[in-house]
Amino acid sequence: MKTLAELAAIKARMQNNVTLREGAAQTRVVVGMATCGIAAGARPVLAAFVDGVNKAGLTDKVTVTQTGCIGICQYEPVVEIYEEGKEKVTYVKLDADKAAEIVEKHLKGGNIVTEYTIGAIK
Amino acid sequence: MKELSLNILDVTKNSVTAGADKILITLELSEDGWLTFTVADNGCGMSDEVQRRVTDPFYTTRTTRKVGMGLPLLKLASEQTGGEMRIASSTEKGKSGTTLTATFDTKSIDFMPVGDIVSTVCILISGSPDIHFVFRDITPDGTVSLDTSELKAVLGDEISLAEPEIMAWMSDYLREQYEERRLKGKQ
Repeated sequence: MKTLAELAAIKARMQNNVTLREGAAQTRVVVGMATCGIAAGARPVLAAFVDGVNKAGLTDKVTVTQTGCIGICQYEPVVEIYEEGKEKVTYVKLDADKAAEIVEKHLKGGNIVTEYTIGAIK
Repeated sequence: MKELSLNILDVTKNSVTAGADKILITLELSEDGWLTFTVADNGCGMSDEVQRRVTDPFYTTRTTRKVGMGLPLLKLASEQTGGEMRIASSTEKGKSGTTLTATFDTKSIDFMPVGDIVSTVCILISGSPDIHFVFRDITPDGTVSLDTSELKAVLGDEISLAEPEIMAWMSDYLREQYEERRLKGKQ
C-alpha cells in the first residue's frame, strides 16, 4: 500500500538529485494538450514520455511539460523537443509506442526519428 | 473523445486558465446509476455574456484557431445519456469562481466509459503543480481521493509535484485505492 511515509522517502532520495540538476543542460519535451490534442490521443503520449524519461534515468536532463493548442490540430498529437543549441524538432501524429521509440532513439541516443517529424509528413 | 476522463482533462484546464489556485474535481455515482461530475474553482469566473456563449462551438478563448469544442463536447456527452450540464460562475472580487456540473445516466447505452481517470488526474496535477487540487471519486462502495495539500505537506517547497517520480507515486496511490474499492464491491 502506498503511504505518505513512502513519499517522504522519495523526497529524501530526490533532494540530492535536485542540486545536481541545477547545472545540467536541459532538454524540454512539450506535449500539446488542448481539446484537439486530447481528442487525438495526447494523454497516453504524454504518459509514455513521462514514464520513458523516468525509466531511462533521464530525469536530470529532460523535462516533460504540457502546452495548449500549437495550431496544427490536423497533425495532433504533436510534440516539440527543444534542446539547447539545437533547432526545435516537431513530431506529429504520435502514439504511445512512437513516444517510447523517441525516448530511446532521440532523447537517449541523440538521433532524431525523422520519419515521425512534421517534415516527413507534409 | 472516447472516454469521459478525456473530457474531464480538457474542461478542467479551463479552471487552470482562469487562474484558480484551488480546483475541486468530484465524481459521484448514486445508487440509481446517475453519475455527477463537478469541477469547482476559485478562478476569475465568467461574465454572463461569456457564460451564455461557452457552449457555442464557435466561441473560444484560444488564439490559434476559431473553434472551441471543449464544453460543447462535454455537454453533448451528458445530454445524449439524458443528463444535463450546468455552469454557475461569479466574477465578483474576492468570491470569484466557476462551478461546472454535468450529469450522466450510466445505464444509458450512450454513456461513454469514464476510462483512465487516474491518468487524467495525474496529468492535471503535474501540468499545474502549484495549484491545490482535490480529487474525489465517490460511489456506494467507497471513496477514492487525493488532496495535493497533503502531498505538499510531506514534500515541502523544493520538490515539485510535476517530478516524474512523484507522478508515478500519485498514479500508484490512486490505482491502489481503486483496486481496493473494486475488491470491496465484489464482496
